Amino acid sequence: MKLYSIYILNKAGGLIYQNNLDPSLNRLTANDYLVLAGTLHGVHAIAAKLTPTIVGKDSTSTTSGTDPTANNALLLSTGKVQNSNTNKTGLGSIETDLFNLYVFQSLTGIKFILITSPNPILQKQHEQASETFRHLYVLYSDYVMKDPFYSLDMPIKSQLFDLKVGELAALV
Amino acid sequence: MSNDNIILPSAASLSTLSIADNPKSGFGYNPSLGPLSNTITPESSNILLNRKTLSLTPTSGNSIYDKNVNNKKINEINLSSLSFLFCEAVNWTHRNSKGIQDLETRLNGLGYQVGQRFLELIKLREGVKSSKREIKIIDILRFIHGTFWKSIFGKTANELEKSQDASNEYMIIDNVPLVSKFISIPKDYGNLNCSAFMAGIIEGALDSSSFHANVTAHSAPIDGVPLRTVFLIKFDEQLVIRESLRFN
Repeated sequence: MKLYSIYILNKAGGLIYQNNLDPSLNRLTANDYLVLAGTLHGVHAIAAKLTPTIVGKDSTSTTSGTDPTANNALLLSTGKVQNSNTNKTGLGSIETDLFNLYVFQSLTGIKFILITSPNPILQKQHEQASETFRHLYVLYSDYVMKDPFYSLDMPIKSQLFDLKVGELAALV
Repeated sequence: MSNDNIILPSAASLSTLSIADNPKSGFGYNPSLGPLSNTITPESSNILLNRKTLSLTPTSGNSIYDKNVNNKKINEINLSSLSFLFCEAVNWTHRNSKGIQDLETRLNGLGYQVGQRFLELIKLREGVKSSKREIKIIDILRFIHGTFWKSIFGKTANELEKSQDASNEYMIIDNVPLVSKFISIPKDYGNLNCSAFMAGIIEGALDSSSFHANVTAHSAPIDGVPLRTVFLIKFDEQLVIRESLRFN
């Protein structure tokens, strides 16, 4: 797996960081990157609303709204807002012959997006992506959140973060 | 009406309440009693005054504040907490300051107080018998570079150098200053260095030991070490005279 580029989106879907790790990539205009980020944000949100058809569903497993009492009881006992049939995570990955795209959303709503080369070893690709996301999230928490000159949800300009992302890409 | 919608009534009698009671059935408005349920009766005030409370503040005997200050063992604190605290300190200083120079001076001032106090602590920990007062410039610098640095930042500083041009200038060099490990200075902030705080610590410690000096932090990145910082220590001219009178 080879990293092509990394995107970081804030919780409103704005692009706050973009890094082309492969120098051979054609650069788009700044506007195109923003449009791409916004589209991915939208697709991710739509995907979260999609549920596979539930065969033979009974009244207790319907979505919230129909039976508040059951929903309340579920909420109290499990602490989860939605039942397990809902797709909470949204768009996770797109795999094509030319590239793979992985999305990871943190609990705070920050989205990390990786665009990589297709992985020859199929079983390993998700593992590798989640490992990269973990490292990236650590770097983000360290070099972005602990920087007094960074304001939340604004574009990331930290040179140290750039440097560390470069090191991470070299490792993958 | 489903069971969920019923407002739980208050306890039948206040005296039956115990600390283990859930708040939902504790003191509260009882619709069957009306406004009367909120009046303070001798019974309820007695309970309110004498009830046992559970403290939610963690005051375990193991916290760093509860330990003996004269403790040889190294107490470590979390780097993340320190970084977030320092990040806020920089933000707060930044809001109050008039410019980059002013910001550095204020950070230096914050560190100055830490330095003064920390010197006191480290000397106490060294013990009354084994500790001695440094009286030579080179000795106090070795102490700062070695023992002092190690106990406050967990490692010794990387280099200690003497300036070729001025006899009263020395340099302590740290490749990764602890407090600014995660900080990258935006381009429009010029040559601001948040390690001014650390420079303040050195200055405070030196001043307390009667080596009056001005300490400033300067970024001096080299390949592979982007955060390398030089702490330039500029001693008072009179110190050099004092030294030459004493030891020559």
